[in-house]
Amino acid sequence: MENEGKKRVWSEYQKEIADDHFFYVRSCIRQSFFPGSEQFFLDFMRNGLGKDVFENPSHTTCTGIGYHGDIVPIETIMTVVARHFALMKESGYKNIAISCVTSFGIYTEILETWKHFPEQLERTREFLFKATGREFDVPENMAHTSDIIYKFRDEIASRAKYRLINHQTGEPLKVVEHIGCHYSKMFPKHGVGGAEFPRVLSGMAEAWGGEIIDYPERRHCCGFGFRQYLVQANRGYSVSNTAKKFASMEPYKPDFILTNCPGCNMFMDKWQYTIREMEGVTFGPSGDSIPVLTYEELAGLVLGYNPWNLGLQYHMVQSEPLLRKMGVEFDPEDKYKTKDGVQMPIPRNLINC
Amino acid sequence: MNRFGYSLSKARVIDYDANNHAVAEYIAEKEPSFRLCIACGGCAATCTTGNFTEFSLREINILIHRGENRKPGSDIRKCMLCGKCILVCPRGVNTRNVVITAREAFKKFGINAL
Repeated sequence: MENEGKKRVWSEYQKEIADDHFFYVRSCIRQSFFPGSEQFFLDFMRNGLGKDVFENPSHTTCTGIGYHGDIVPIETIMTVVARHFALMKESGYKNIAISCVTSFGIYTEILETWKHFPEQLERTREFLFKATGREFDVPENMAHTSDIIYKFRDEIASRAKYRLINHQTGEPLKVVEHIGCHYSKMFPKHGVGGAEFPRVLSGMAEAWGGEIIDYPERRHCCGFGFRQYLVQANRGYSVSNTAKKFASMEPYKPDFILTNCPGCNMFMDKWQYTIREMEGVTFGPSGDSIPVLTYEELAGLVLGYNPWNLGLQYHMVQSEPLLRKMGVEFDPEDKYKTKDGVQMPIPRNLINC
Repeated sequence: MNRFGYSLSKARVIDYDANNHAVAEYIAEKEPSFRLCIACGGCAATCTTGNFTEFSLREINILIHRGENRKPGSDIRKCMLCGKCILVCPRGVNTRNVVITAREAFKKFGINAL
């Protein structure tokens, strides 16, 4: 293929990511399950890179969980998202940084809907104005926070204290990257690499020294699926999907799983415990489970942050085997201490400990 | 163990690598025409047992070829060996002997032994 043709084809898989001045919108569940992730992102962006990341305390849920659970109508979620855009406009920002893949999918779906059905945009403007008296602009640039970390991956690599190398054998660590379905499967042009060649996590892992595993169910859903999980009777379907994915990656002996979606991270972490309890099956080496990290936790480890400040102890599958492989220095005594040094209760029956 | 109110479902994917092909190989060795089956379903359409029960020789053939032996191992005992299926088979498969040999194989390999 001529270079010109290649450029045209690959332009569909590129994405423009803003460099500075982000209006940051949060996830509903991330702060509960992986509190260190967001903390790292904000700290690194503001203090590490000197970027302007603004949070508005009036920001709310995007209602994506309710929308995908068939409880919230599309007109309602459009108005809620429009309110976020109004907060962004009032705060003087044009670049939105979304920390949740579900929300990211919602925002992309709504922007595409408004593009193809302008009358919906006008109705939403009307709904929002009637309800709140606010007006909004569509963002100039929209990025998931993993896009932003991807953009600065080489910067992180240049400051790395630890690399994704097994410090005993010198071999690259084997990384399973799992990208949330709503990141680019619905609207490929909004994701780095599109739906066919998603690069956002593999680009990070490779820049930091890891080796990506290409296994048969690499692009399979994590099993979250909202309705499958929200209704208890359907959860067997959810966990069966996750088990299929784990069984597919197991022969490749991954050192850890890297995700960019709060739901995927929570499910791949906690379902390993559930499957172990239900079937007595584990998917890591020697009866261990596979640690599951967010891209921010991984970036933090690479940069030399204290793993307990990154909140790794909040995971169901503990990360000590990975920390030892990377050669990360950590004090086990500090694992369940508050920042003031007060000892917290230590959970029993921890996995991988 | 179903202590959470839900349980794992087995994947419905056909895993040729993990399946047991011993039964299919045994039948093909004893009755080579077994390999000729194109799963047209003529045998199942004419089958008296199939007319009154869930029995299907076509399904049994397909499952044994895949190495999925559990259901055929239990179903195959329903056949009355009337042989009408031999008369309609367009590929000339000796279906009656396939059934007899399959029963031997299931007994030999201990799969739902008759």
